[in-house]
Amino acid sequence: MEGLLSLAVKAVFVENLALSFFLGMCTFIAVSKKISTALGLGISVMLVQAITVPTNNLLLSYLLKPGALAWAGFPDVDLTFLGLISYIGVIAAMVQILEMILDKYFPPLYNALGIFLPLITVNCAILGGSLFMVERDYNFAEAATYGLSSGFGWALAITAMAGVREKLKYSDVPDGLQGLGITFITAGLMAMAFMSFSGVKL
Amino acid sequence: MAQTRKELLVDPLVDNNPITLQVLGICSALAVTSSLQVSMVMALAVIFVTAFSSMFISMLRNQIPGSIRIIVQMVIIASLVILVDQILKAYAFQISKTLSVFVGLIITNCIVMGRAEAFAMKNPPVASFIDGLGNGTGYGLILMLVGVIRELFGSGSLFGLTILQTVNNGGWYVPNGLLLLPPSAFFVIGLLIWAFRTWKPNQVEEREFKIQSVEAH
Repeated sequence: MEGLLSLAVKAVFVENLALSFFLGMCTFIAVSKKISTALGLGISVMLVQAITVPTNNLLLSYLLKPGALAWAGFPDVDLTFLGLISYIGVIAAMVQILEMILDKYFPPLYNALGIFLPLITVNCAILGGSLFMVERDYNFAEAATYGLSSGFGWALAITAMAGVREKLKYSDVPDGLQGLGITFITAGLMAMAFMSFSGVKL
Repeated sequence: MAQTRKELLVDPLVDNNPITLQVLGICSALAVTSSLQVSMVMALAVIFVTAFSSMFISMLRNQIPGSIRIIVQMVIIASLVILVDQILKAYAFQISKTLSVFVGLIITNCIVMGRAEAFAMKNPPVASFIDGLGNGTGYGLILMLVGVIRELFGSGSLFGLTILQTVNNGGWYVPNGLLLLPPSAFFVIGLLIWAFRTWKPNQVEEREFKIQSVEAH
């Protein structure tokens, strides 16, 4: 249990997907102009991340790993090279299913998050989460914790960024830095702040 | 065809650069630029994937039904990335370890998808191939530039060869450790964007709020 808690804290603060691995930067920069939209996108990412990372973990351990197909009578088949294409397939399918479920059963939530869901399929943070799960050899419980907490970390970062940018638009920035340039520098400063969490252990 | 082939190739290098103007594909760009060698491998991988995925998607563009086009594009891109990943694992294992998940993340690199969607779906294969090549190169250019700055000033070397003799090795150059840490990539790109936009003022973004001078009473 303690191991999982420490993993969660690490995923949220120390190894924040957005600020220390630069994942999901396209959306991070493009959708962080207003706090409300940033929050909506953050929650959707967290939701999708929490579902896809454990699903991909199951896929890996029962279909792709060397020897994983033993239950079907193929003990020496190694399908790990199909990993990338299956993960992205799972992500695209999950996003589509989530969109349909939300549309049918939770219309208000769908109206709030609907426009962000298609964007999430191509958000590197989601695929990145799954690939990190594979690389670090997480088991199912760890994968579930990692998915939820890394999604939360991303949501935290984009909301904070939107807060800064809402104030920033009133300031007198040099012409060349206007918009994109100053956003990058702000993100750099935030990443430095997040680095001070490194070394925190529970 | 509105643009000549040369324009297709050269335009994305500076005037319409995917990173500094279109804000595409920064996701995987920043983490791999702490050394020049790794940035170069990453740049080559992206150029390869962008060029060929554009070409294949453009060949199939009349057969792909509109409603499932994203999935078809994803499958083509993912297959090419798997190819790159396997080649790197076979012939450059050390670099593929350093790049870790970022090779896989080329799949979700917005440049590849963006060019497939915006250009390859409407244009013939050869033009799409050149467009992909140009955009991949524009991306690679920024990546290498950031790689040069970070490796030269962060550890005083290029491609692992010492250029500036560091103090630790009895030289004169005190390396700037910040440039080896992730946040510096943000600063370097931010400043590069500033430089590009000072050079090409038509790329400057509109202000949302104008600051007006108020007369003193």
